[in-house]
Amino acid sequence: MLKNVHFKPSLLPFLLVFPQIVVTLVFFIWPATQALYQSVLVEDAFGLKTEFVWFKNFGELFQDSHYWASFEVTIVFSFLVAFLSMSFAFVLAILADRVIKGSGTYRTLLIWPYAVAPVTAGALWVFMFNPTLGVVAYALSAMGYEWNHQLNGGEAMALVVMASAWKQVAYNFLFFLAGLQSIPKSLIEAAAIDGAGPGRRILDIILPLISPTTFFLLVINVVYAFFETFGVIHAVTAGGPAGATNILVYKVFSDGFVGLDLGGSAAQSVILMAIVIGLTFVQFKYVEKRVAY
Amino acid sequence: MARVVLEGIRKTYPNGFKAIHGVDVAIEEGEFLVLVGPSGCGKSTLLRMIAGLESITEGSLSIGDRKVNDLEPSQRDIAMVFQNYALYPHMSVYKNMAYGLKIMGLPKEEIDSRVKKAAAILELTEEQLTRKPKQLSGGQRQRVAMGRAIVREPSVFLFDEPLSNLDAKLRVQMRLEIKGLQSDLGITSVYVTHDQVEAMTLGHRLMVLNAGHVEQLGTPIELYQKPASLFVAGFIGSPAMNFADARIDAEGQNITISGQAALPLGDGGMPDHGGKDVVLGIRPEHLELVPDAPDAVPMTVAMVEQLGADTLVHGHFGESKSNLTVRLDGIRTIAQGEVLPIRVTPDHLHVFDPSTEKRL
Repeated sequence: MLKNVHFKPSLLPFLLVFPQIVVTLVFFIWPATQALYQSVLVEDAFGLKTEFVWFKNFGELFQDSHYWASFEVTIVFSFLVAFLSMSFAFVLAILADRVIKGSGTYRTLLIWPYAVAPVTAGALWVFMFNPTLGVVAYALSAMGYEWNHQLNGGEAMALVVMASAWKQVAYNFLFFLAGLQSIPKSLIEAAAIDGAGPGRRILDIILPLISPTTFFLLVINVVYAFFETFGVIHAVTAGGPAGATNILVYKVFSDGFVGLDLGGSAAQSVILMAIVIGLTFVQFKYVEKRVAY
Repeated sequence: MARVVLEGIRKTYPNGFKAIHGVDVAIEEGEFLVLVGPSGCGKSTLLRMIAGLESITEGSLSIGDRKVNDLEPSQRDIAMVFQNYALYPHMSVYKNMAYGLKIMGLPKEEIDSRVKKAAAILELTEEQLTRKPKQLSGGQRQRVAMGRAIVREPSVFLFDEPLSNLDAKLRVQMRLEIKGLQSDLGITSVYVTHDQVEAMTLGHRLMVLNAGHVEQLGTPIELYQKPASLFVAGFIGSPAMNFADARIDAEGQNITISGQAALPLGDGGMPDHGGKDVVLGIRPEHLELVPDAPDAVPMTVAMVEQLGADTLVHGHFGESKSNLTVRLDGIRTIAQGEVLPIRVTPDHLHVFDPSTEKRL
């Protein structure tokens, strides 16, 4: 056993971590405790009186069919976003892995969408798919399909999924590419000599070997779809039509700041907090252990 | 088992770099051919071209009766053992060996019997078959890699420096195992190494490559006794051959190293090259310590290495600057600065043209 190194007690380490602690306290711990506190209160719309109600807000939530509908929407939405962005990124990474000339340029171009803010990404897709002005909607109508995501819930969902996934493809691509490049070339060659064609090599060799990357990305993408797609939803559909794209995080906002049900909204954010804690726990527990082999 | 015939094989990379400048060789059925040379000489490239992992720019390659230039690696009826073993880390040893057979579409019983047979040949236990590669030692991984090649029952084995990741002792042991295995199975083999001892001990024939050119092709003893060029002479044999600038006398009967005693060339001499400046090569084991010999040359000792079985004496002849190594058998007590009478064992002189670097 190595002995711990002991320094003389000094103020320096505390000074060095102080800014971080302040930031965490002000922007994280304090709002979180506020949310916890608010979730057990009922406040009237004008903020005139506040009543302590224990867990009544949670009870009401769990009996609210709109809440469960939002839960369902969130699960469908995050599954689609994670699946679409990861599979598309994987295909791109496989292709980029084979490129020798100009791979740097290619990679840089593929990373760009990641630098686009969610709201901007959403606005971009809204413009393209706007039923009266959008180029894509126009092209679709030329082909005989009347696109209107403002009326059709399924189309609205498709649009927010595409916009959110598009933004995340860049991130996933980077990780998949790094994962692919860490697989020794000789393994792929050995598989080629063993008679495995390109598709078979992906299934039998590449996918199992990059499973730690895939699992890590799955958690990251689900977290992204759950929490960071607020901007996209807000810009594209505002949760509509008829709640078809009203994911949990958007519902927190619309119930709390539009509907002014502060207690119920706080209860929802506490539940979301529990979910993200759970996901982080899963990620640390399994990803750190490298699940593959 | 098959003949492997290379005709005018060349490799030029897209960036214009010429890696292989034309190789012609017919590897006979059951032959063990070793490609040997320093790093970057193109030996691995050539092997990978035979495997189908690199394209062939020019020339024709046939395995058995088929021209295989444009065939996929899996269709060439070959098996390859890689330097880093290239075992699939997520599969058990058994699955590693069975993977290729599964893709061939062999029935389960056939796969099982082939894997069990290979495991028996390589002395891998049942228990080891269930392990993952990372739970095995270097030597065992090497065996699994060999096993993966054996189960395919290929026409040709290709080895790409398979022993270079092992420690010295294990390398000698595995070398013997590979040699034994190859002669038992009688499968045509091509083996790449940069280690000349490995090359000499394993190969029926050796191909010495230098910067993409074939320097010499022949049996180990041919290469040792009649190296075709300075490069081969310096590469084959350990410790390396001594070289010295020398001059052949006008009649072509004697050779003189920078003003020292003349050595008889013997065997009728070299009358065609009378009066020529040459490079003389003498192997360390062909220099003898002979007191009282009239034709002995005095050598000043600079350093002595005791190997137990041999003693290597480094030094130089009189005023000559070129270093000289003498291999004496047994343990000798020789001090630094001592002057020894050294004689060249007759008929073991190698004479090279200094401009073409070829043997004269």
